[in-house]
Formats: sequence, C-alpha cells, structure tokens
Amino acid sequence: MSTNSAVLQSGEDAWGLPSRGKVGMISLIIAESAIFAIFVAAYIFYIGKSLSGPTPQILQIPILASICLWLSSVTMHWSVVALHKNKKSTFILFWLLTFVLGAIFLGATAREWHHLIVDEGFTIQTNLFGTTYYSLVGLHASHVTFGLIALFIVGLFGLAGKVTTEHSDRCEVIALYWHFVDAVWVVVFTVVYLLGR
Amino acid sequence: MATQTLPPSAVPVAHKSGALRTILEWMGTADHKKIGLMYIVYAVLFLVVMGIEAILMRIQLAHANSTFLSPQVFNRLFTMHGTTGVFFVAMPILVGFGNYLVPLMIGARDMAFPRLNAFSFWVTAFSGFLLYGSFFAGGGFSQAGIAPDVGWFAYAPLTAPAFSPGHSTDYWTLSIMLAGVGSIAGAANMIATVIGMRCPGMTMSRLPLFAWMNLVMGGLILVTISPLTAAQLMLMGDRYLGSHFFDVAAGGSVVMWMHFFWIFGHPEVYVLIIPCFGFISEIVPVFSRKAMFGYPAMVAASVGIGFVSLGVWAHHMFTVGMPSYGNAFFVLTTMVVAVPTGIKIFNWLATMWGGKIRFDAPMLFCTGFLFQFLIAGLTGIMLATAPFDWQLGNSYFVVAHFHYVIVGGILFSIFAAFYYWFPKMTGRMLSETLGKWHFWVFLIGFHLTFDFLHIPGLLGMPRRVYTYDAGRGWETWNFIASIGTIFQVIGILIFVYNMIQAYIQGPVAGNDPWDAWTLEWATTSPPPEYNLARIPEVRSRRPLWDIKHPEDPDWKYE
Repeated sequence: MSTNSAVLQSGEDAWGLPSRGKVGMISLIIAESAIFAIFVAAYIFYIGKSLSGPTPQILQIPILASICLWLSSVTMHWSVVALHKNKKSTFILFWLLTFVLGAIFLGATAREWHHLIVDEGFTIQTNLFGTTYYSLVGLHASHVTFGLIALFIVGLFGLAGKVTTEHSDRCEVIALYWHFVDAVWVVVFTVVYLLGR
Repeated sequence: MATQTLPPSAVPVAHKSGALRTILEWMGTADHKKIGLMYIVYAVLFLVVMGIEAILMRIQLAHANSTFLSPQVFNRLFTMHGTTGVFFVAMPILVGFGNYLVPLMIGARDMAFPRLNAFSFWVTAFSGFLLYGSFFAGGGFSQAGIAPDVGWFAYAPLTAPAFSPGHSTDYWTLSIMLAGVGSIAGAANMIATVIGMRCPGMTMSRLPLFAWMNLVMGGLILVTISPLTAAQLMLMGDRYLGSHFFDVAAGGSVVMWMHFFWIFGHPEVYVLIIPCFGFISEIVPVFSRKAMFGYPAMVAASVGIGFVSLGVWAHHMFTVGMPSYGNAFFVLTTMVVAVPTGIKIFNWLATMWGGKIRFDAPMLFCTGFLFQFLIAGLTGIMLATAPFDWQLGNSYFVVAHFHYVIVGGILFSIFAAFYYWFPKMTGRMLSETLGKWHFWVFLIGFHLTFDFLHIPGLLGMPRRVYTYDAGRGWETWNFIASIGTIFQVIGILIFVYNMIQAYIQGPVAGNDPWDAWTLEWATTSPPPEYNLARIPEVRSRRPLWDIKHPEDPDWKYE
C-alpha cells in the first residue's frame, strides 16, 4: 500500500470544497430560472396579440409592494450577517422583518388580483394577456409563498432560540433562494409593468 | 454453490430475514447504491414494456395493409413507446448508474443529499406507474380513448381538450411533469455531489470522466427539463383552467409549443448520450490497457457539446417553416455539434491505438458503439441540412436516424456498462460466452432493423402511419426490419438469462476483476454501505493504479 492513502474523516470540508447546500440551491435556482425564462418568453411573445380586451393598461404599477420585496433582500442579508457574528437578537429581528416585508408583497398581489378578478372581471380565461399575466405573476407569487413558509419555520425556531451561528450555512441557503425570488421580480416587474404596458 | 466464499455483505438480505422486512428496507433506504439499483431494475422493467410495444408495432408494419392493430391502438403504442423510452427507460437507467457509481468513483460515502435522492427515485417511479395507469383509467367518465395517443412530443392542438377528450393526455402531462421534478432534484443532487463531496486530492482535473459526464448531464437537465416542466404547466392550464397558451382561437400559437418542447427535446438527447460517453471513456482505456488519450480535450468537448446543444432545437422544425436566417442559424449550430463529437471519437480511437486490446463483452459493445454512433452522427448531419430535411423530415429516415443514436449508441453503451459493472454491483461475473452471443445476435438484429429502415424513409414512407399500401416499394424493407426485431429479442433474452444465471451461481468476481484504475474497484464487490473503508488521498487520474503500482505512480507524469 502506498503511503499516500492517508486516513481522513470524510471528503466534505476536509479540503475546502464548496458547500453542498449552496451548490444544490444554486442548481435549483438555475432550473427555476429556466422555468421563468419560458414563461417570460411566452409573455413577451403574446404582448399585443390578444384578440379582445382588456389590455395591460388596466394594471397599476405596484411600486410600494415591489420596494417592500426588494428591501426584504437587504434585511435578509443583514439577518444572515448577524447570525454569522452570533448576534441572535439582531438575526431574529431582521429575519422576521424579512418575513413581514415578503408578506406585505404577497398581500399586495392578492389585493391586485382581487381587484382585477372581482372589479374588472379579468381572469386567466379572458384573453392571452390574462393567460400570460396570471401565469407569470402567479408563478412568482407561488415562489414567494414557498419562501415565506421557509422563513416562517426558521423564524419559529429562531424565536425559540434554537437558531445559532452553526446554522448560518443553512440560513444562507434559504437566503440564496430569497434573493433569487427578489431578483426574478425585477424581471417580472420590468416585463409585465414596464415593457408590457 | 459458491456462496460461502462471498463476503457477508454479498449475501442477499432475503436470506437473513423475512421478505416484508427486505421490501421495507429497500423502500426506506437512502443508500445511493440501493437507490441506483432500484433505478436500474425499474428502467429494465420499462425497457421490456417498451420493447413489447415496439414488437407489436413491427408486427403490424411487417406487411402492407395489415389489420393486426387498429389505428387507435397503433397511435397509443408509438406514443407510449417513445414516452416510456425517453423518460422511464433511458433517463432512470443512466441516473441509476450515476447514482451507484459516482460517489464510489469520487471517494464519497454517499450522495450529497441521500434523502432527496430517495425522493427523486420514488417520484420518478410513481410517475412511470401513473403514465401506465392511463391504460386502466385514462378514459375517465367520458370513456373516450385510454392511453395517451398524441405522440411523444404531443404537438398542440392535438392536446387541446377538443381533440383529446377524456384524461389520457392529462396522464401524459402529469406523469412527465412529475418525472421532471424527480430529474431536476436528482440533477441538483448529482451536481452538489460531484462538486462538494470529492475525496482529498480529487481535483476537477483528476475527476474520472464518468463523474465529469454526470456533472455535465446534471447541468443540462437543469436547463432542459425545466422548460419542459414549464410547458407542461401551460398545457395543464389550457386543459384545466381555460388559459389560451396554445389556443389558436384566442390568438395563441401552436408553434410556441413546438419551440418549448424542442428546447427541451433536443438537449435531452445529449442528456442521454453524455453519460454514455462516460461509460465508453471508463471502459475503453481499461480494455486497451492505456490511460485515456486527451483527457482535457474530452472534458472540454463534453462541456462544449452541452452548450452547443442548447442552441440547435429548431432543426426539428425545418418543415414547419422559418425565415431563411432562422434555418441558416440552426443548420450551422447543428453542424457545429459534429466538431466536439468528432474530437471524442478520435480520442477513443487514439486510446485504443497501440493498446493491448482485450475484446471482452464490455469492449465489444464499446466498439459497436463507436461505429454505430459515428453512422448515427453522419445521418444526423444529413438531416441537419435544411433542404434535405424538407424532403425527409417526419419520414422513416428520421426514425432510423434517432434509433441509431438511441439503440446503436445509448443502448449499446448501457449494455457495455452492464457487463463492466455487473461484477461490482452483485459480486458475480457474467458469462463471457453468453455475453459474446448477446453482442453478435443483438448486433445482427440491430442492423437488420435500423439499417434497412433508412430505405423506406428515402422512398417516402412517413413515420407514425399504422399501415401502408402494397406496391410502393416499402414492403421488403419493412419485412426485413421486423425480422430484425426477432434477433434483438433473442439477444435481450440471452442477456437477461445471463444476468439471472450469474446472479445465482456466477463465478465470484473479487474486488477488481478487470484490473481497472478508478476507486469503485478499490472496495469489495458489492461495496459495503460505507463504500471505502479508508478514504484515500488522490494524486492522479488513476488512483487505483497508483495504489497498485507505488513504484511507478501516475502522478509522477501528470
């Protein structure tokens, strides 16, 4: 036997490999980006192709909600940074703030949809604009929902004082997902509310 | 019986405890080797199913004006044959080998996410059974049609509720979406494993080529299966929520489905062939007794193929009609694929050149692969030329071309992988004589069927016709092609008999029956649950060679 085959504990962490959690989440983000790309392509392709009304002019730009969502990326970042430094109370404060900001965004989307469906009578069946609008914005809103569920669960553990600096890698994985959801909203916002109108 | 000479871990668990306990153990396992084996067994099961579907179609097409099958049944058969072949045979069998071998090759104890791995398998398994559930329940309350009959690429508007009443298309779209979820989770897992679980010293430039290919495959799955999932979401919206993505009456476009499907569909071919490149790149050097020629070029060519394959999809749509610059773009990108593929073929040939080649069964199948994959590539270049495709698109020439890739390329390399790694997975050697019989009989059957299918295609026979009139010059070629399936079936039966026979009473394999160089051969056959007792420190691309030859290790030259 060669002397090279030293006994080591395990492959992971032994010589500074990338974290598998982050690599897995980045892989998921790439896959999700491809799904969004297809829905965005469909949206752009069908702009102005509806055979009947209403047109995208009925949309109102959700400025406040968007600012809340993008701001939540900042609070998420501060939260994870605080966890790295083991500042537990700062972590939980910003983590819950992130949750609240995300929830405000989702609530605003719900209000917008309620207005469109009930007041305007505009649904996914109405025309191509309805089809692409509800599917693209809905796809994003479902991602926000999944993110909020993850934030909520970790938030509960955090309030119970169970989240410590050793969990910061895992929280960073969730943070990656949340940043992705916010970044996608930049694209969706641009396409739906700026380009589409 | 030679059982007593096996290590304890090789004794099948069924001998130790009740059958129920064994079933529960396999159902609850998160061990990458067991999950890999389940993938492989599951895929072989569906290989038999899709084979039976193919045989039924070949019986129908053996003669002109045959009435063996009704047109409706024929439509269901080719739809199920194609869908099963891509999603429930080729994908799971390759993922299974990857699952089993990659952690062993990179010196890891398991995949990065073992439970996610189990989830991927069970979702995939469930989706396959869901697809076949349509045979029993696909009619729904309206009783219109059972199994899906819209073709494996399910062009709109065939899938619209008006043209696909009942639930057969719902079964198709749901099961494919589910299989996609399993594939994407599996791909993320594979990428995290290859990047984050390598043993010390296993740098990316020392990674076994099979692990490299699985990494490329994983990356491709992420960006190709997801568009398919998105398209299936849209189709479900159209069928259930009344949206209008592919609804021409509301201004929607059916061509958009084609684009979305082939954005998935073409790279999918590379998802399937790239791990097969991995098989060939592991087997050819061992049986040529030479290190792999041009390792960096091989990696670069594979990554290159992965990228180029993302920009070629519309060569499936030349006959739909595109502007001339669209045609020119997709003709050129498709032809570019030939460059990295050519690099690979020359690398394998250069590895064999001057080597002490042992023509055991794995190497025979690899050699068959090299010839057949080359021919499949050449007919591919013919079809990539738009004017040629205008003549022969949707003809039997296309069918012959892609079966040359899938059977002559992918299936042959999978057989090679079975002969090569079966001893590692079971601890038993397959019979070499039966292996050679399998190879030659199957080779004859393959060439009888698929060489001769090119000709009716050139003579204008369209694909997916359930029968044809006599006197068009198609009968002889179709009859020969159908005869070929008999040889293929005999070949497969020899193979299955060989595996069962070897599993029960084959000669004991030992750790390293082929005198190979990658880490999976450094442990017992079958490997223990923890894989390698000691995680080695890797210093070259052939770590086991270094361990066997401390006086002349590879790392002195790399």
